Amino acid sequence: MSEQQSVSKANSMNTNAQNDDSEGMSYLDGGLRKIIYVYLPLAIIMVVLIFPFYWMVLTSVKPDEQLIDMEKFNPFFVVGPTLKHINKLLFESNYPTWLWNTMYVSVVSTFISLFASVFAAYALVRIRFKGAEVVGASIFLAYLVPPSILFIPLATIIQAYGLFDSPIALILVYPTILIPFSTWLLMGYFKTIPYELEECALIDGATRLQILIKIVLPLAVPGLISAGIFSLTLCWNEFIYALTFLSSTQNKTVPVAVVSEFVDGDIYRWGSLMAGALLGSLPLVILYSFFVEHYVSAMTGAVKE
Amino acid sequence: MSQTASSSAPTALVRQERSLLQRLSQNRNWLGFLFMLPAAVILILFLAYPLGKGVWLSFTDAKIGRDGVFIGLENYEWLLDDSIFWKSVFNTIVYTVFASIVKFAVGLYLALLLNEKLPFKALIRSVVLIPFVVPTVLSAIAFWWIYDSQFSIISWSLRHMGLITENINFLGDPNNARMSLIFANIWRGVPFIAITLLAGLQTVSPSLYEAATLDGATRWQNFRYVTFPLLTPIIAVVMTFSVLFTFTDFQLVWAMTRGGPVNSTHLMATLGYQRAILAGNLGEGAAIATAMIPFLLFSIMVSWFGLQRRKWQQGGSDE
Repeated sequence: MSEQQSVSKANSMNTNAQNDDSEGMSYLDGGLRKIIYVYLPLAIIMVVLIFPFYWMVLTSVKPDEQLIDMEKFNPFFVVGPTLKHINKLLFESNYPTWLWNTMYVSVVSTFISLFASVFAAYALVRIRFKGAEVVGASIFLAYLVPPSILFIPLATIIQAYGLFDSPIALILVYPTILIPFSTWLLMGYFKTIPYELEECALIDGATRLQILIKIVLPLAVPGLISAGIFSLTLCWNEFIYALTFLSSTQNKTVPVAVVSEFVDGDIYRWGSLMAGALLGSLPLVILYSFFVEHYVSAMTGAVKE
Repeated sequence: MSQTASSSAPTALVRQERSLLQRLSQNRNWLGFLFMLPAAVILILFLAYPLGKGVWLSFTDAKIGRDGVFIGLENYEWLLDDSIFWKSVFNTIVYTVFASIVKFAVGLYLALLLNEKLPFKALIRSVVLIPFVVPTVLSAIAFWWIYDSQFSIISWSLRHMGLITENINFLGDPNNARMSLIFANIWRGVPFIAITLLAGLQTVSPSLYEAATLDGATRWQNFRYVTFPLLTPIIAVVMTFSVLFTFTDFQLVWAMTRGGPVNSTHLMATLGYQRAILAGNLGEGAAIATAMIPFLLFSIMVSWFGLQRRKWQQGGSDE
């Protein structure tokens, strides 16, 4: 015991930790200690993390007079929620078009990226062509090039190809964010598939393409879902390219439209603004809730490999 | 075999072609090239080429709708004397350093908390990730509302607790605005760091802790000498990503302050956007963007060494 304490003193720990020592391993038993050191901080962090989202939902169903008068009504709750803001958004604005644009661009670029990434990842992991290592490394580096330094030259390129203010521009550009990530992730999945399976098929005379489609892909379905879900989220989230390449109202995606189309001096705009933010997030949150595990493995997989 | 010998000239030609195709499909390099083609075309056209073109643009006086001519370092010389540019560099560094340190500390703490035995662990973990799933701009808009000068819920709560008498001007005052943006960035970044570090924590074998505890290690020593060293490589990678994306952040600032009040919250990315796209000075904007590249290279090197070390730690050779 004394040795323990001297060691921890040598580590110049604060008194809290020394109290910990004197209790030995009683922290394993839980109880009050666990409430103070685990549940309480966890609860505080969770509340902070969730609050803006709660606030968004609350504001989007609050009648205007409750939004403005914070003295008569407690702002943390809502009395007689209204769907006015959401109705206005869905039936009196371009919101459905924006939602459709976002969805269309996200889905198409996700499929393009998955197609390209599957072949690239398979080639890098299994075909082992000359220079595969260098190519793999450059794909990792491509992952680290942020849109903020590319949007200016890309704007001139898009303009030169006559794609300005067209969803095609985004569909072509988004894969540059998604392919490096998906390839990296799929490489991890392909590596876990036993090579013996492929060897058998090769001996039976299957081509590489047949092996990829009939053997590797069915086994890598979880990886494909992970890459797909995550890619979809990244596209939905993307802002700077959409802001730079699109100009007309009916072509905008949700993030750009919410920032640029609702911002007037109107004191009553908050209801519809928050409804816009909510409706733009909801599809992703719902999708996420169905695929939490895939989502987490996409997020951690890309870092772990 | 005898049939092959008796075949006529045209079929022999077909046969030869087919065998060429077959030989090609057996050739690793050719096949690898074919398989890499779709990804390579997209990445070269829309990533590598613009990267080079951006550097080139920064040496020209291009404007929107007009190709520029080479003017050497003039854009950079101009920026050297530009106090707004230096302010944006300062902001970017402050933003990155503060946000990254806090994100790392809170993220690691949250990961350790989530690694405890908890009821509804899976549910808690999914809820923690929500700020990361909600599109950044949309949560930034929610923060904009939370930071409103008139109807801020934070001001309201503090006023009703008797801590302040007047509303806080969150986004109207330069320093407040910087802190508000940093807080929003931390809020958005913590889940990513916490969940990835948690995944790292879960790979640490419990027997290591058992052994250390039997040898008389305290909780702190368990963390300091067992958990932390095993986690270092993953921390290196996660933090590289975090630093990189914080340094080049655009959306949060653009959605909430657009660089205001009076250019006091511009990051390099938002200033680049304003100069290049809104004001039309592509060359100058490209110079600001290019000025971010040295930092980028530095982060990538750190990340790379983190990865190498992880491979080495896992006992793997380089593949």
